[in-house]
Amino acid sequence: MMHLADSAPVTNNLLGSEADSQRTMYPYVTGTSVIGIKYKDGILFAADMGGSYGSTLRYKSVERLKSVGKHSVIGASGEISDFQEIMRYLDELILYDNMWDDGNSLGPKQVHNYLTRVMYNRRNMFNPLWNSLVLGGIKNGQKYLGTVSMIGVNYEDDHVATGFGNHLARPILRDEWHENLTYEEGVKLLEKCMRVLLYRDRSAVNKLQIAKITDEGFTLSEPYSLKTFWDFNAFNNPTLGAEGSW
Amino acid sequence: MSRFEESAPAKGGFSFDLCKRNEMLVQKGLKPSSYLKTGTTIVGLVFQDGVILGADTRATEGPIVADKNCEKIHYMAPNIYCCGAGTAADTEAVTDMVSSQLKLHRFHTGRESRVVTALTLLKSHLFSYQGHVSAALVLGGVDVTGPHLHTIYPHGSTDTLPFATMGSGSLAAMAIFESKYREGLTRDEGVKLVAEAISSGIFNDLGSGSNVDVCVITKGKREYLRNYMLPNPRTYVSQKGYSFSKKTEVLMTKITPLRELVEVIEGGDAMEE
Repeated sequence: MMHLADSAPVTNNLLGSEADSQRTMYPYVTGTSVIGIKYKDGILFAADMGGSYGSTLRYKSVERLKSVGKHSVIGASGEISDFQEIMRYLDELILYDNMWDDGNSLGPKQVHNYLTRVMYNRRNMFNPLWNSLVLGGIKNGQKYLGTVSMIGVNYEDDHVATGFGNHLARPILRDEWHENLTYEEGVKLLEKCMRVLLYRDRSAVNKLQIAKITDEGFTLSEPYSLKTFWDFNAFNNPTLGAEGSW
Repeated sequence: MSRFEESAPAKGGFSFDLCKRNEMLVQKGLKPSSYLKTGTTIVGLVFQDGVILGADTRATEGPIVADKNCEKIHYMAPNIYCCGAGTAADTEAVTDMVSSQLKLHRFHTGRESRVVTALTLLKSHLFSYQGHVSAALVLGGVDVTGPHLHTIYPHGSTDTLPFATMGSGSLAAMAIFESKYREGLTRDEGVKLVAEAISSGIFNDLGSGSNVDVCVITKGKREYLRNYMLPNPRTYVSQKGYSFSKKTEVLMTKITPLRELVEVIEGGDAMEE
């Protein structure tokens, strides 16, 4: 009767069995912040193109902004492989929607709701999709912008961000966002936030894309980089008047 | 500034006497002191004529606001001030201690204190306590060598910067600085930027709140602007006021002055030495 102990673990033990090799315990290849804002004609997103492998900058051309159907854009931070899985789910969702061929199409609010359910249910099974998502779009002139976290927390707002963006970009957006930003103003505001993130987030890279969605459709800019300024006097000679200190 | 000489070995250097006991404590489950970003937003910036320091005024005890209007900008010398984040007792004690040391030093040398002196005294004290004195400071001042701004971390490391933020609201304040700071700011532009950065901390960080304190230090002059901005006034105050109904009947009121109870014997023997 000494063999009884071996067969028990698989069903009883939630944490610590063969099934664990299938769960997400920690992320491997990660993307950093995404920021999204509503503007006059629709939604603007910004995200850099870095995929970090722990503390190494492994991939520098990761597209973290994708279109979903005709009306929405999704941006993801966190585990890149889980984002690719989410894209497979969404592509299937849109395909089934198109197969109805009834003139209707899923809008951003519906896609956001679907994502919330997916993320929350995975979290309940202790096998989360390790992402923070931003989802935005415009349908029939109605703008929508929301976010879902890896544990299923979701909300909508006029400006959203993931990760470090919440701490560094949201304060700026709370001060400077207003209704009816023009496209140029919106891009300028996003670039301002991305620049601060580039200075202060160690996993940020200087190669970003801007995604735009309006009633006309979806556009994704070519990757480009921001100008940075490092020439402060104090940086040039920090120990002026204090020889020997640092 | 005396240290207990018994624990330091005669040769000098580190004393490892406590290592075995610390190992044992960690095994028993004691977590070593980790870096604490605590409920505060403090900032400093260098402008063309000197430095400007800023701080919020909320002191928290866990989730509760203990003091709605405390002072986080501490006096070090007539030309040097220091903002403190972290354990309030630690920031208060360490700035008081170094302030006294600076005064004695001024008497000894007959000269105005230098910012690097305060910096060295603070960092060597904090380092020797290996991070257990939880004080994160923004030190600024103007001395003969010019304006200086430094940040000091609880473990004793320092940075020399043109603009700096510390505390839990440091990211919100730094976002404002990184997007709006430039060199050669005038006094009014600098004060406005500092107030904006502190406000960003007050409104975007839960650990910071209430009012904005500002301190402008220039050559030969300092302006301590306590409660420079009050962006969180109490909006509703009852016009009627409060009245407490009398429940107990007062029978008699008698006031006994304590002095009269002491008998002073005139012309007695002198006290024993």
